[in-house]
Amino acid sequence: MSLSVTLAHYLAISGIVFGIGIAVALAKRNAIAVLMGVELMLNAANLALLAFSRFGSAFAPGDAPLAGHVFVVFVLTVAAAEAAVALAMAVLVYRHRETIELDRITLMRW
Amino acid sequence: MESTGVIIGFWALAGLTVGSAALVFVARNLLHAVLALVLSFMGMAGLFLTLSADFIAMAQILIYAGAISVLLVFAVMLTPLASRDNGNSLFALPGLAIGGAFALLLMFIAVDVDWPELRGAALAERAFDDTIAAIGRSLIDRYAFAFQLASALLLVALIGAIALVREDSER
Repeated sequence: MSLSVTLAHYLAISGIVFGIGIAVALAKRNAIAVLMGVELMLNAANLALLAFSRFGSAFAPGDAPLAGHVFVVFVLTVAAAEAAVALAMAVLVYRHRETIELDRITLMRW
Repeated sequence: MESTGVIIGFWALAGLTVGSAALVFVARNLLHAVLALVLSFMGMAGLFLTLSADFIAMAQILIYAGAISVLLVFAVMLTPLASRDNGNSLFALPGLAIGGAFALLLMFIAVDVDWPELRGAALAERAFDDTIAAIGRSLIDRYAFAFQLASALLLVALIGAIALVREDSER
């Protein structure tokens, strides 16, 4: 058995980080912590995209193998926009309720 | 990817990334969790470098470890009366179970599927040496429309964030 690093290694790391991201996003009480879980999930997806771009052999000749990199650029853009708007919403909720704990934002409960 | 340096680097960076991502979950203080998240982003940037994605690794450090983490610290500081602990909600156990199940499932898929991947000499031949020029060319050529759409999205998000947190002082 050789010790070389293969695509499966990168995908396994990506899967572990994605699972941690899901756990953080579902289990945390603070809205900012939930956003941190979402960022971890986006990062894991980026790692999988780049690994496929590096190791993939399914590209036709002349096709761009860097399509994965371009996709990651767009993921970074969307993540930045999402973080800005979500944190603005957290600050807005805090202004009205003086808390950003998701357990205590119960305006729609009857 | 058989040289000793790449293998050691991969395992060290993978341990750093996964360990500090786990620290985001177990840290008791919200600011400590943000710091662990920054460490995880840096480890992820190192993993991108081992995939010869130099531009993406630098963009990752700039955007994630720089901009987004500063935004997170800003949001923590702008909510001074809210509690600073990184506590779990009532969904802690189901959340951990679902996250663990997803991690196990993805790891099983990664190991079990016979991926059509390059190995050995063919893989070394495919190492990208100049990704910046290629990414820039495809952004203004093949993906020009998506690029314009992304810039419009960033503008809308910028204006939206300002409009959301603006104080209505002129009323």
